Amino acid sequence: MAGLAATFGSGAMTNSIPEFGTDTNCFLIIGSNTSEGHPLIATRIIKAKERGAKVIVMDPRCNQVASWADLYLPFKPGTDVALFNGMINVIIQEGLADQAFIQERTEGFEELKKLVAEYPPEKVQEITDVPADLLRQAARMYAAAKPAAILYAMGITQHTTGVDNVKSTANLAMLCGNLGIPGGGVNPLRGQNNVQGACDMGGLPNVYPGYQVVTNADVQKKFQEAWGSTGPATVGLTVMDMVNGLEEGKVRALYVMGENPMLSDPDLNHARHCLEKAEFLVVQDIFLTETARLAHVVLPGVSFAEKDGTFTNTERRVQRVRQAIEPIGESRQDWQIVCQVAKQMGGKGFDYASPKEILEEVSRLTPSYGGISFERLEQLGSLQWPCPAPDHPGTAVLHKNKFSRGLGLFTAIPYKPPAELPDAEYPLTLTTGRLMFHFHTGTMTRRSKKLHSEVPEAYIEIHPDDAQRIGLNGGRRVRVVSRRGEIVLGARITKRIKPGIVFIPFHFAEAAANALTNSAMDPVAKIPEYKVCSVRVEPAPQ
Amino acid sequence: MEYRNVLTTCPYCGTGCNFHLQVLDGKLVGVLPAKGHVIADGGMCIKGWNAHAFVHDKERLQKPLIRKNGELVEASWEEALGLVAERLGKVKADNGADSIGILTSAKCTNEENYILQKFARAVIGTNNVDHCARL
Repeated sequence: MAGLAATFGSGAMTNSIPEFGTDTNCFLIIGSNTSEGHPLIATRIIKAKERGAKVIVMDPRCNQVASWADLYLPFKPGTDVALFNGMINVIIQEGLADQAFIQERTEGFEELKKLVAEYPPEKVQEITDVPADLLRQAARMYAAAKPAAILYAMGITQHTTGVDNVKSTANLAMLCGNLGIPGGGVNPLRGQNNVQGACDMGGLPNVYPGYQVVTNADVQKKFQEAWGSTGPATVGLTVMDMVNGLEEGKVRALYVMGENPMLSDPDLNHARHCLEKAEFLVVQDIFLTETARLAHVVLPGVSFAEKDGTFTNTERRVQRVRQAIEPIGESRQDWQIVCQVAKQMGGKGFDYASPKEILEEVSRLTPSYGGISFERLEQLGSLQWPCPAPDHPGTAVLHKNKFSRGLGLFTAIPYKPPAELPDAEYPLTLTTGRLMFHFHTGTMTRRSKKLHSEVPEAYIEIHPDDAQRIGLNGGRRVRVVSRRGEIVLGARITKRIKPGIVFIPFHFAEAAANALTNSAMDPVAKIPEYKVCSVRVEPAPQ
Repeated sequence: MEYRNVLTTCPYCGTGCNFHLQVLDGKLVGVLPAKGHVIADGGMCIKGWNAHAFVHDKERLQKPLIRKNGELVEASWEEALGLVAERLGKVKADNGADSIGILTSAKCTNEENYILQKFARAVIGTNNVDHCARL
């Protein structure tokens, strides 16, 4: 989100899902396997295509949407910035940019123009493997069909250049005036039910709820007064720094609620080593996850079906979660568990009767949630933030007439290669991703009989040319080795993937893709480079 | 027999589809689509259709666990909560608030996330708060 925050002043999806069905005339989808990762968003895209909207997919794998898209651009993982600079080069060269929008609403265009002049399509072809003419067609298609929406997911953010990749999408959208209008925008599709809400609620080391920055003295004072006590005015540690901090002894204790860093962190062997060093590890979860197995205390929380509250989806839409059944066994409400620990440690202001009361406090302290309450959600079904007052209808499209930061900021971004490149020892590039039938670390979906039976075990996708070179036949098991670890799993030989690239879904603990991945991070957003690392594949003993 | 449909939001991806959980005698038995919902519009994906399936899994944690002699063993809430408060308090006293890290959750509700970051900041006294948005 750091990329969009710098560019527009706000890091969330700029537009809304219903607009994809009704308004969008062109979709540019990059780093999102939409039909598997976000099936009901893909449904809107299909609807739009039926009324004539164009679909462009850029991805190293020919996913399902790519197979019926108007244009599919397979490119080398990690070369996203070059791809966008190339498209922008073509649009400027051919006079297709929205000059009025650039003049009235943006700054930094001249620097961008100068930089992208160095990225003619032929040069971009050398970097990305995308044929120059195909790149030209994609640029023209996007520029011609307003409103056009850019959709992306972790496929572009999980890189050492993740923030640059996101800023590149914003450059392209502003260039063609696709912001502040229904059906346009830059739209990060968030992978988890409430990742947006966890960010909105201040589950981040640099901000309080509503992105109020911890280093601002007024903000500090506001929360000091509201809570009676608060943290320092300095930015805290990110999850990767916390885990690494355990090894150095800088961090001694970790309290983990509903997360499984032992399977979701990159370079798992290292993550385990660090977590084992914790003087005290508390895990609050519904299952004994890989992380919980390392804990000193495990506290049983409840699932979504046992709780009241709200989730905020990828388009900033706040919706109710309603309790359907009683907590299982002796498990307790997660908010009550935390309040009990807080009170035992002398904390004041943790006496809530219900989640409804907690949301009331949130809305008092968080301007963008100021008009959001259980009562209004019962009445209206949902509200999209910013919703600053009890009579405000919520906001479907961000940045109408004006960006949150004032003028939209173009950023001239040179292409930088990924942290790890293939070599003689590790000649293939591994990328990771999600399957339709599973979710993240598989804690929930692999316990569902039907979902589990669809894809019961891990596999690697490899191109026939590479399979032949290595000496594989269909159905054989392979060993995949990176500089950090190795796993053994089945091989699927398929032309869906580019030669030189292999793909492993990340849901399977017994063959965890993240045993291989690289923990090199984006310097700003601190996102690890899950989507590119170098590996060797060899036949495994059968 | 008591049967109810409870309208709620899917726990899987960020799309935010709503559906009805089917509850029979206090147990989840299935999921029904929510006609007219702004996003789902009566549709559901295969994860949504099976969203109830993990809830009653036999491996669900039912009691707090505490590590004793290297093994995680069942404990009372009183003992577990007391231990958490005492050990976190000790780490804070010995090494300072910034030696404690808190991971909130992209799976949990807004209210739960709010409470946990408030706990980190107001009670522990640290901004070492993060979750797996990056992962």
